[in-house]
This record gives sequence, C-alpha cells and structure tokens, in this order.
Amino acid sequence: MQREQMLRDVRQALGRHPGQAIPAPPPVRLLVPDVPLKQRIDSMLERVAALAGKTLHAKSIGEAREYVASVIQGKTAVASNAPFLRDCGITELPGVRSGFTDRDELRALCATCNYGISSADYGLSDTGSLVMISSREEARLVSLLPPAHIAIIPASKLLTGLDELYSILPRPAEQTSSMVLITGPSRTADIEQILVRGVHGPGEIHVIVV
Amino acid sequence: MSVVFDEKIQQTLGNANLQLAIYTSTGRLMDHRKKSLTGQLPEYQDLRTHANAIKQHTIENLDYYLEQLEVNVEAHGGKVVWCRNAQDVADFVLQLAKDRGSRLIVKSKSMTTEEIDFNERLEHHHLESVETDLGEYILQLKHERPYHIVAPALHLTRYDVANLFEKELGVPNDTVIENQTMLARRVLRDKFLQADIGVSGANFLVADSGAVVLVENEGNARLTTSAPKIHIAVAGIEKLIPRAQDLATFLKLLGRSATGQPLTVYTSFLSGPRRGEEVDGPDEFYLVLLDNGRTKVLADEEKRQALYCIRCGACLNHCPVYRKIGGHSFPWVYSGPIGAIITPQFMGTRHEPGLPFASSLCGACAEVCPVKIDIPQVLLDLREDVVKARTEDASNQLEKFAFKMFAYAMTRPKLYRFAGKMAAKFAPREPWVRHAPGLELLPPVKGWLSQRDLPTPAAKSFRDLWKERKG
Amino acid sequence: MPRVSLFVTCVIDQLFPKVGIAMADVLERAGCAVDFPEDQTCCGQPAFNSGYRDEARTVARHFLKVFHGSEYIVVPSGSCTSMVSHHFADIFADYPSELAAAHALEPKVYEFSSFLTQVLKVDDVGARFDGIVTYHDSCHALRELKIKDGPRQLLSKVKGLELREMDIAQECCGFGGTFSVKFPEVSGGMARTKIESIQKTGASTVVSIDSSCLMQLRGALSRAGLPITTLHLAEVLASR
Repeated sequence: MQREQMLRDVRQALGRHPGQAIPAPPPVRLLVPDVPLKQRIDSMLERVAALAGKTLHAKSIGEAREYVASVIQGKTAVASNAPFLRDCGITELPGVRSGFTDRDELRALCATCNYGISSADYGLSDTGSLVMISSREEARLVSLLPPAHIAIIPASKLLTGLDELYSILPRPAEQTSSMVLITGPSRTADIEQILVRGVHGPGEIHVIVV
Repeated sequence: MSVVFDEKIQQTLGNANLQLAIYTSTGRLMDHRKKSLTGQLPEYQDLRTHANAIKQHTIENLDYYLEQLEVNVEAHGGKVVWCRNAQDVADFVLQLAKDRGSRLIVKSKSMTTEEIDFNERLEHHHLESVETDLGEYILQLKHERPYHIVAPALHLTRYDVANLFEKELGVPNDTVIENQTMLARRVLRDKFLQADIGVSGANFLVADSGAVVLVENEGNARLTTSAPKIHIAVAGIEKLIPRAQDLATFLKLLGRSATGQPLTVYTSFLSGPRRGEEVDGPDEFYLVLLDNGRTKVLADEEKRQALYCIRCGACLNHCPVYRKIGGHSFPWVYSGPIGAIITPQFMGTRHEPGLPFASSLCGACAEVCPVKIDIPQVLLDLREDVVKARTEDASNQLEKFAFKMFAYAMTRPKLYRFAGKMAAKFAPREPWVRHAPGLELLPPVKGWLSQRDLPTPAAKSFRDLWKERKG
Repeated sequence: MPRVSLFVTCVIDQLFPKVGIAMADVLERAGCAVDFPEDQTCCGQPAFNSGYRDEARTVARHFLKVFHGSEYIVVPSGSCTSMVSHHFADIFADYPSELAAAHALEPKVYEFSSFLTQVLKVDDVGARFDGIVTYHDSCHALRELKIKDGPRQLLSKVKGLELREMDIAQECCGFGGTFSVKFPEVSGGMARTKIESIQKTGASTVVSIDSSCLMQLRGALSRAGLPITTLHLAEVLASR
C-alpha cells in the first residue's frame, strides 16, 4: 500500500500512467581502447605502486610463490579458494590456511590472520584496480578483514578499464551478489585532510601479476 | 533571511580558525579534482553531457525504472521496502530488529539517513546504531551534523578529536592523527563483527540489476554490508540509473569530482543476499526506497534537475559562499549550492526564505557539476517562488515597493534622467565615501557601507558627457 | 562600416560615465559608426535576480523597444549582456511575440571585448598604458558568455602594459547584485579574499569588463586604504 501510493505519486508528478512505455534511453557509452598486454601489465603495476601498493611482475608461478613466501614469512595468512592460488603453490606455503567454506569459520580466521591472499577475477589496468567477484572461489572477507592483502592475478585477466569490464560483463548481478573493485589500500583523510592508510580495510596491499 | 541563518553565518565568519579550515580543505579538494582531470580525462565534457542525459531520462521515467528495479531485486533474493517518509523507515527497521532479536546496527555513510534522523529515531528504542565512517563516527560522538557531503569532519582539528575521544571513549589524550584513526579502527572492528544488521546508503541504484552501488575509501561500507547477516540499503528514489553499463560513465565522474580519484578505493556492486555457494555475505537484503518529498520535487519540470545529484560535493568546494559560511550555516542536512536548491524544494520556501538569495550566482558550481545541474537557474526560479510566496512583513513590503518603483522609473526615460540628475545634484563631491548621512537608514546602503566604501553619482552622467562629446 | 548602438548600462550611466565614453572612443577609432539611443535605461537584471520577474519583464520590454532597430548593440558589461542574450528568453517564455523579438536581438548583442575580437576581429587598438595590471574575470562573462582569452589578448597588445595573473582570477568578487547588500558580510569577505590575491601580484591596477565588479573591488580597496586602482577594459584600451 505504501508501494502503490509512492508509485502513484511518482506517476502523477511525471504525468505518466501505469504501464506506459518509455522513450529509448540514451545509448550506453562504452569505448574500449586497444592496448597491448605488455602495456596493460606496466600500467596496472604503475598505478598500484602510485597508490602505495607493492607490486611484482612475476615471470613465473615460482617467482610469485617465492615473493609471497618471503612477505608472509613467520606470519599467518588465509587464502581464498581460487584455483590459481593452488596452481601457484600458495596454499602449500607455511602459515597459509585455505579451503574454507563455512562462513563463521572463515570470518574468525580472517579476523585474526596477518594476511589475506586472493586471486582476482580481473584487473583494470588504467586505474590499477582488482575486480573481486564473490563466489565459491573468492570470499568477500579475505580481501577485507586482515590488515594486509596479497592478490595474485594472471596477466591474461588484465582489462583496459571500466569500459572493457562492463562490455564483457554487462550484468554482474546475474553472476554474483557482490562485485568489488579494489583500487589501492584502505585510506581516509577525514581528520584535517591528513592521509592515513588502513582504516578499516587492509592498509597494505601487494599485487602480483604473473 | 531568518535570524537563525544570519546568526550562524556571522558565527562562522567570526571564527578565524574555522575559516582557515574550510578554506584550505575545500581548496585542497578543488586542486585534487583539477589534477585528476587536466590532461587525464579528455572525454570529461562528453561524459558530463551523457550523465545528464541519462539522469534526465531516468527521472522523467522514474516509475518504470522503480518497477524494473524491484523485479530485479526480488529476482536475486532481496526485498524492496517502500517508505514514504522517515517514520516508515524507522517502523520497518524496528520491526525487523524486533523479529530478529537484533541489538546492534553498524552504519556506513549515508546523507539519506541523515535526512531522516535515522540514528536518533532508533536510539529511543534501545537499538544501538553506530556510524563506521571515521568522520561520521567522530560526529556521532559529538552529536553534530556533517559539515560537508564528502568530508564530514572538515571543521574539526586533531585537538578536537583528541579531546572528544578522551571524553567519550575514556582514553588518554592523543593528538596524533594516525593513532586516533587506529583507535577508531579497533573500536569499530568489534562493532562490525558483533553487529546484527548493517545499514548502508547507496550511491547508485541499478534498475537492470536490482543492485546497489557503494563508493568509499575506508572499507567500512564493505564491512557493513559483508559482516552482519542482514543488509539494509536506504536510498532516495532518485538514485536510480537504468543499466549497470551506465556505471562506466558515472564512476569516472564521481571519484574525480569528489576527491580527485579516478576510482575510490572500494567500489561495491551489491545485488542481494549471498547466493548459492558464496562463502560469505549477508543472508537477507532489504532495499528501502525513500520518498520523503522527492515526488513533490519531481512534479516541477524545471527544478527537479536537483534530483540528478550524485553527491560528489564539487559544488561545495568551488562555491565562494560555502567557503565562507561553511556547512553548519545551512538550515538542513544538505549544504552548499546543492543544499540551497534541494532544501527549499523539500521544506518549502518559507523554511528559510533567505537561502536561495545566499549566492552571487557566480556559476562556479554549474561549471563543475558532473551531471550538469544548472544550479544558478534553479536558484533564480526559487527566488521568484520566494517573492511570490512572501509574507507581508515590513522589509519585504519595502523591497516590493522598491522594485515596483524601479520598473516604473526604468520604463520612463524622462523620469529616469531626472532621478539621475537629482541624485548627482545632492551627491557628495568625493567619488567614494565611507558614510552617507541619512541614506544609511536604508538597509541596502547600510549593508554596503558596513563592508566597502560607496561610489557617489558622477556630477555629469554619461548622456551629459555624450552630448558634450558630440557638440 | 558597422553601426553600433551603445547600451551603456545604468551603473555606468550614473556612476562611471567615463567608461561609456572610453568605449565609444575605442569603437570609433576602430571604424564603427556609434549611436546612443537616448531612451535607454536598464536591462532589468536587478529585478530579475531578486525574483521580481514581472518587474524585470516590464523593463526588458522597454529595452526591446529602444534597441529593436539596432544593427549591433555593444555593452560594457558581461552581466548585462548575458541578461539580454541568455535570460530575456526566460523572461518572455510565455510571451510569444516578445520572445521572438528577444531572439531576434540576441545575435546582435555583444559584450565590448567580444565585439572587438569576434566581430571587428582586432586585438590591437593602438592603446598605450604604462603600468602593471591584473585582470579579474567577471562571472557572467566567464561562465555564461565564455569570455576569457579575448580581454587578455587585447591587454597583451597595449604598449607599456604588463599583465600579471592573480592566483584566483576566476573567483567571484562577491558583488552578485543584491547579494552584496543582503549578505554584506559574506560579500565583503569574498571581496577581501580577492583583493589579497590582487595585492600579491604587485599590480597597481585591476581591470575587468564589468563595472559592478570594479565597484565592489574598488569599494573594498578603498576601505582597506590600498592604493590599487580599478579600470574598465574600455578605459585602458582608450588610453594613448
């Protein structure tokens, strides 16, 4: 009844009647540039570094694994269930726990681990963003609760930017309840406009492109 | 203008520290925006035009898109709650909390919830609602309203925050900003993990996806919408855009216009409770669609463009008036140029009749608005509304009379020339004066002289000189 | 030879008449035949900006009558020009015959510097002015008429003149018509911010194409006891 009243008020304000057709909306504006892979890789890492993230262009899976091993040495980490992480041998590293499918268990772990390790569904190279689609493979909290986040992504997943993302994924909602673009470490400038990192989300991020 | 408005303005003008804080913070935000656009986004003007066209189309066909939104929210397991006003929202949340036995709510930043006094309405019912955005958290402890759409605690210093935390949280006085931030992080982390319900706003509502888009830098909106088992998004009906693909246009404009960031740290596209095999996420999702006066604004073809606003705050940063009087001088939760055109439309022109006039119509706001709202035009329309709705007190009558005389004289050239001659005859000899005995009794003259010297009529008018020049 | 009707504006007519004369001098020297329709008064902007649309319409109607036969109407003010070229259409929206007259007038109305650069296509009018000058962009001219480079181009060709940009040239001076007296303290504050920036340039003169801005700035400079003068662009371009 609130619904009916509100819709009626909207229609009355606009001079429209129920079921009335609408004119065609302005066409979608998506312009996807043609950028070679090498440039996308360079751009991705450059943008992440400009946001105070740490980066690595790993020439092999082994190199990626070694980097992660040295970063998390002596610390605890929770890894997502992304197959790529398993392929890179990340899930075997000391201190890394993964394979969780229970929400509460995963949450408790994320709340106490030093590092969250994930892959990413895509990268946006013009802004240095990671595209994280919530799924069986990638849980939301892995890249959110721990104070540091490590993301390992195959170079082939690097897109040019938002336009390309929405070109290949026009309806993300059909796939997932949550798609998050992560662009750098968490930050705020709420007090005197002074920048502080790691307010709620991870203050430290590592992006490894393989 | 009302006495209250005047007093708040004078108070802010008289506070030198506050003036400096406002000026430097807005100045910095302007610089960031400029840097992120100069040579960085050549399609900027195109995007603005496109965004304006999309918003216009959506607003003009809002009923269609609202229905489409609802179908898609429900298709993804969520529920739409239609709320006419603040009370409807409070009733819904309280009922849900009661049904679920919820005690604690965490909230991410939402001007819409400020608009309806969300926290206050729940307070009286033993439901704790905690703001999690750092600036909003600070303000909640201080019982103050946001100062600026994007930088809510712009007016506070680290000393203010140190004193506040000491008083409200019982911690030692620490003026180091990083420490203050980390303290808030610790306190709020517990709240996130304990909360039963997470309440967010929405930067955009996407009709073809039944989705809510949230844009932030801290991560508190992600936590608010991912940790608790219930997520409620509260959004004004005007937040709609037709398609997910339209985000390619809007996201490019929003971050840059607000803080000079091509994208904020987190951009969340949320469509309902967790699905299938997703490991985490809420079990229940409710989208509260709020009217609260928006349908009234919708009815005005010229002025409803105020509803296109994507809450970037650029107009505030560039407004020379906002930069002097600050956010708290404004009579409602929305401040700056956008506040000046939203407030009279929601609250009526009598709420603060001076508000549409508190502008020099410089147009800096319209120049930077990412969705091309013609704010000066709407202000002019509102001024006409105020004059038409005017109450009959003395100063208004005087002004009405003055403009009638103005029109009378300006359409009678002989009278106009005569009046000019008389003014010149009785004018002081000096071209600029500090005092104007007698004339000072007129409020406009008094007002002028309080700040500047006054020019006096020239002994010979232009037409006198023109005659001499020809002859 | 272009035939130009001067619309000097009420502010210049009564308070700063030399600006009108200077404009006439520059236009004649540039080869125009200049006339001054005697019955002119005001464009109606003060009433329009204050919400008195009916009164503004009355005055605008008079304007249409006075200038309907002109080939070009040149105005030494950005705000008055934009009132005619941008807002007459709003005022006469529900009055078809006057709306048509307003539309017919629009392409003939020019702010002074625009007339020089866009119609006469000149930027050097043979002027000489010795001094350091800074230029203030008046809001209506900048944002409604898109006037920015023209006046600077004209000033750059004046012999002996050194042009220095202030850091906030495009910020509003705080006049805004009745705003200046309805919110005097805010208006005054905006003027003071502006004159601080002017001072920093070391300029001895501020130039603008709008006399109301100059009135605001000069009033503030005078009150602050600063020796910086204000001149309309026309006065600079007329000097020899």
